Amino acid sequence: MALVSAEVLPLTTSDHIVIVRQAVRQRAVDLGFSLVDQTKIVTAASELARNAIQHGGGGRATIEAVTDGLRRGLRLTFEDDGPGIADIELAMRDGYSSAGGLGLGLSGSKRLSNEFSIASSNGKGTRVIITRWK
Amino acid sequence: MERIPILKMGEFLLVSIQVDMHDRLALQLQDDLTERIAATSARGVLIDISSLEMVDSFIGRMLGNLAAMSRVLDAQTVVVGMRPAVAITLVELGMSLPGVRTALNVERGMDLLSSSADLQVPGREHGAGLR
Repeated sequence: MALVSAEVLPLTTSDHIVIVRQAVRQRAVDLGFSLVDQTKIVTAASELARNAIQHGGGGRATIEAVTDGLRRGLRLTFEDDGPGIADIELAMRDGYSSAGGLGLGLSGSKRLSNEFSIASSNGKGTRVIITRWK
Repeated sequence: MERIPILKMGEFLLVSIQVDMHDRLALQLQDDLTERIAATSARGVLIDISSLEMVDSFIGRMLGNLAAMSRVLDAQTVVVGMRPAVAITLVELGMSLPGVRTALNVERGMDLLSSSADLQVPGREHGAGLR
């Protein structure tokens, strides 16, 4: 996978969720994503940005345009410096929530992406990477 | 402070969400709408989301909350105008908005509200054919 461009945005307040959504939308439009694909990646970004702020106490989002052979895609990385997730398998389950939400953030954003990976360790924060190909 | 306007149309309230919903705005709308329902004795609330380019679980939950709060205050809620791409994404996300009535557009939403107001108050002077 080759990197074409990258942009890093802060995630500290809920206003940043809107800024990330708008930046992801713009990149998806630039890459020629269909309207449904744009909506999916923007929605996934919104969920993961909110997770990083609410559960991780803030962090950053990296938006990257990538290529793999002839494929073009958008890779989004959400990192926080929060407490980390003790049980990732549990956190990935639909409907599991530690903060009174609906528990769809992680599982839902995985369904909205083509590739999904999550890494977390106690006390060292959480990193979620998703990719959606055009 | 930025607010979403709530318009009164007869016994219904009309809310048209025209901005990219951020979290505080969503919470503000819950406060404002419940107060307006109580103040105007509205029988129905129509929420137009045709301008929303995405609905995530937070906004979806807010729509569900608005419908539930309205119901407790004796008003029906109909969400109208969801874009097809938003509908596809929302269902894939895992949200099908249980407890929220939807209609394709404002006109159909108004029809739905009018007919449910009729059904609930059989003695009321409304169009014929529903009693």
